[in-house]
Amino acid sequence: MSLTTTYLPGNTVIHRLPAGIKLVLLAATGVALTVLNLWWEPVAVLGVVLACYLLAGFPVRTLAAQLRSMSWVLLAISVFQLVASGWQSMVDVIVTLAAMVLAAGLVSLTTGMEALTEVLLRILRPFRRFGVAPERMALLISLSVRSVSVIAGLAQEVRDAQRARGLGGSARAFAVPLLVRSLRHAEALGEALMARGLDD
Amino acid sequence: MPLIEVIGVSHSYPHGTGRRRVLRDVSVTLTESRIGVIGANGSGKSTFARLLNGLVVPDAGRVLVDGHDTRREGRTVRRLVGFCFTDPDAQIVMPTVREDVGFGLRRRGAEAAQKTALVDRTLADFGLADHADHAAHLLSGGEKQLLALASVLVTEPAVLIMDEPTTLLDLRNAEAVGRIVASLQQQVILLTHHLSLLTDFDRVLVFDEGRIVGDAAPAAAIAEYRERMR
Repeated sequence: MSLTTTYLPGNTVIHRLPAGIKLVLLAATGVALTVLNLWWEPVAVLGVVLACYLLAGFPVRTLAAQLRSMSWVLLAISVFQLVASGWQSMVDVIVTLAAMVLAAGLVSLTTGMEALTEVLLRILRPFRRFGVAPERMALLISLSVRSVSVIAGLAQEVRDAQRARGLGGSARAFAVPLLVRSLRHAEALGEALMARGLDD
Repeated sequence: MPLIEVIGVSHSYPHGTGRRRVLRDVSVTLTESRIGVIGANGSGKSTFARLLNGLVVPDAGRVLVDGHDTRREGRTVRRLVGFCFTDPDAQIVMPTVREDVGFGLRRRGAEAAQKTALVDRTLADFGLADHADHAAHLLSGGEKQLLALASVLVTEPAVLIMDEPTTLLDLRNAEAVGRIVASLQQQVILLTHHLSLLTDFDRVLVFDEGRIVGDAAPAAAIAEYRERMR
């Protein structure tokens, strides 16, 4: 799953798969990518993931958007792998990473948060006897997903305000107001949760 | 209408090395269907509103909602009293529109199908049905405020408190919120700087420096407020 990816509703086979099965398949993909050694094997897994994107009815730009957020990391690793271990190792590592990111993104794109938290609740329920509160864990994950977009919005507003005042290059002028506004948001969110009956 | 009684309430917040008093010996009984609250920034309106559903517990005095003391029965009071904040972004807690409306029903004993039906009806009532599966953060400001309102009202509170819900909205969206408020069955306590929203209200309280300095029908209370703002 990816915290920055938003659910895009649909009625394809991939959308209709139960959330639990999608998570099991995601875990299986991760295990397969870890144990497969030959350079072309992750390429085959990536092919399967790409086919699933087509099955889910997503255009290429949706796929590209999933990779764009980590394009610099992929590029840096590519260069390092190419210099240190050769092209086969580079293909192996890059394709493995890309396949995993895309697979996680596909789960997020095709599964609502409610369905995901339901699965999480089922998984965590047996741990209640050890003091784990499944509902709180599920809420924590939902809030984390929601907060990513809020903090991104705050960062954009702070950046715009910085530019308007000619402080475009100052890291401090960016970090301090972002931190203050994020803390304020957290306080307001706590108050809103309490108002909506989440204090029990 | 549930009876709301505010009895001799004072409250202060930490301020520097001391404390700043924001409410001073406020007493009022609220029984009307539509109650407006107006006053300058920092006059104590928001703290007063937060007292009414137990978000703030007073330093001195008592607040009773339908006989329930907010100090001892905060959870019961919050089930009776819904609260809508100025900034909907702070109130929307789930990633999608449908999930956020359904969030308040999580702990209700109803069947999943009943909850789904209630969520769908609420989304339709607020004109959000087409956005049901959209990301909440991608809605416009007006739609976000409607979502925040829908998410509170789906739990069917007896009282709705709204703390400047139109401050961040344009005229059209502010008027849309005003129309929804006018159509509600609930008792509504509306804090606002948009004085035109209060025209048809039953009663308006004017706050100044932590005290209720005006308590009358809208026209008289607004005149009192304008006089003080000169």
